[in-house]
Amino acid sequence: MIKLSGIRKSFGNLEVLKGIDLTIREGTVTVLIGPSGGGKSTLLRCINLLELPQAGSCSVGDMSVSFAPNKHPRSDEILRLRRKTGMIFQAFNLFPHRTALRNITESLTVVLGWDESKAKKRGMELLDKVGLADKADAYPSTLSGGQQQRVAIARALAYSPEVLLCDEPTSALDPELAAEVSATLKAIAAEKVTMAIATHDFRFAASIAEKVVFLEQGVIVESGEPRELFLNPRNERTAAFVASSGISFANMLKI
Amino acid sequence: MQEIHWFKIMLDSFWPFLSAGLCFTVPLSLLSFVLGLGLGFLAALARLFGGPIASAIARFYVWIVRGTPLLVQLFLIFFGLPSIGIVLDAFPAALIGFSVNMGAYLSEILRAAISSIPKGQWEAAQSIGMNWSQTMRRTILPQAMRVATPPLGNSFISLVKDTSLAAAITVPELFQSAQRIAAVTYEPLILYTEAALIYLAFSSVLSALQNRLELRLERNLVTAEAPK
Repeated sequence: MIKLSGIRKSFGNLEVLKGIDLTIREGTVTVLIGPSGGGKSTLLRCINLLELPQAGSCSVGDMSVSFAPNKHPRSDEILRLRRKTGMIFQAFNLFPHRTALRNITESLTVVLGWDESKAKKRGMELLDKVGLADKADAYPSTLSGGQQQRVAIARALAYSPEVLLCDEPTSALDPELAAEVSATLKAIAAEKVTMAIATHDFRFAASIAEKVVFLEQGVIVESGEPRELFLNPRNERTAAFVASSGISFANMLKI
Repeated sequence: MQEIHWFKIMLDSFWPFLSAGLCFTVPLSLLSFVLGLGLGFLAALARLFGGPIASAIARFYVWIVRGTPLLVQLFLIFFGLPSIGIVLDAFPAALIGFSVNMGAYLSEILRAAISSIPKGQWEAAQSIGMNWSQTMRRTILPQAMRVATPPLGNSFISLVKDTSLAAAITVPELFQSAQRIAAVTYEPLILYTEAALIYLAFSSVLSALQNRLELRLERNLVTAEAPK
């Protein structure tokens, strides 16, 4: 389970997160939607401490870290928390100098100290899971965007994190490649991997989420099941934002 | 007749030149480059990650070394330091001078190369649980080295030629042996040409090595002929 409480984060004078409380139950998918600059990415990045919040606390599984303006969490705490989380980036951020397989096994051999053959076996299993077993020895520059993102998904899953954080996983891709990545993420969600996803893709959000959170100007405006949030938003800002997509959720969510 | 005379002078001086080159020019260049790389790396890290004091020290070092002539630095170390009781042999004095000088220039190359790696690479490495040194060693440096190799090769080749300045502080390297033989044979044109050609040969070997290293470091970027 992921539990965030009272998370505040400012960059200089700009307060990006204004006290966020959010619980993500184990084995469920939570999708963050909202306008750009609303704090979705920053919130995800606060969970694995790529950004350090100035207040609040974050717990992942059995581990909890609390934040204060002048208190820097110990580096071993930060590393332990990061090993419980995996992250997918909008720009993939694969290691360009390593093959697809090596990208995935890097955390196992370097961070966890697995031996080469065990790591390779795990890496091949994951490549197979994302449908890229034949690309094991390919370098990222020879893969399509969708393939790169699928390798990135496998890389983030390698050390079996308790939660997968996806920061706009399909935003840099054309619709066809985005669909390929969405399908991969759905297959992983079906295996009860806990996920938090920031996205602008409402169709994807509606099809994968157990819970949707609408985040605007650093506060959670509304949250709930996709059906209620997309079909009967209680807040007028949520309603306006959902309506702006022009998607007919009524048809889509009936299925 | 003149041609035969020149040929004989070249032949007679070839082994003294080559052995001066192999015993002094080559080791002085190699050692100075390796030590300079170490110093330069420390200075680059200090500038990039070291906080205000370490960064200021590194900046000061680069400022002083880059702003003063190498020949003056060598004279200071070899002829100047004995006045305050530090007496060095010619070779170690030259080694210190060239290393410190190289370090300043290389630090700027390394700093630029490390900064050129996108922030996303740091974040990706950290997100999979790597600590700072693992991130640096496994993710940042291998990519930075690809960026740094051409300018590092440049500096190395400059260094090989600059070691001729060590002649001025009595190191019996290649250029000094050319001066010595020219002084007794009165054939400066032919002897300095010969010395220049040997420097050219050393530099050419380095250029070739640099090319091979670049190809190796870029193997992941070859997209046109990639098999799959």
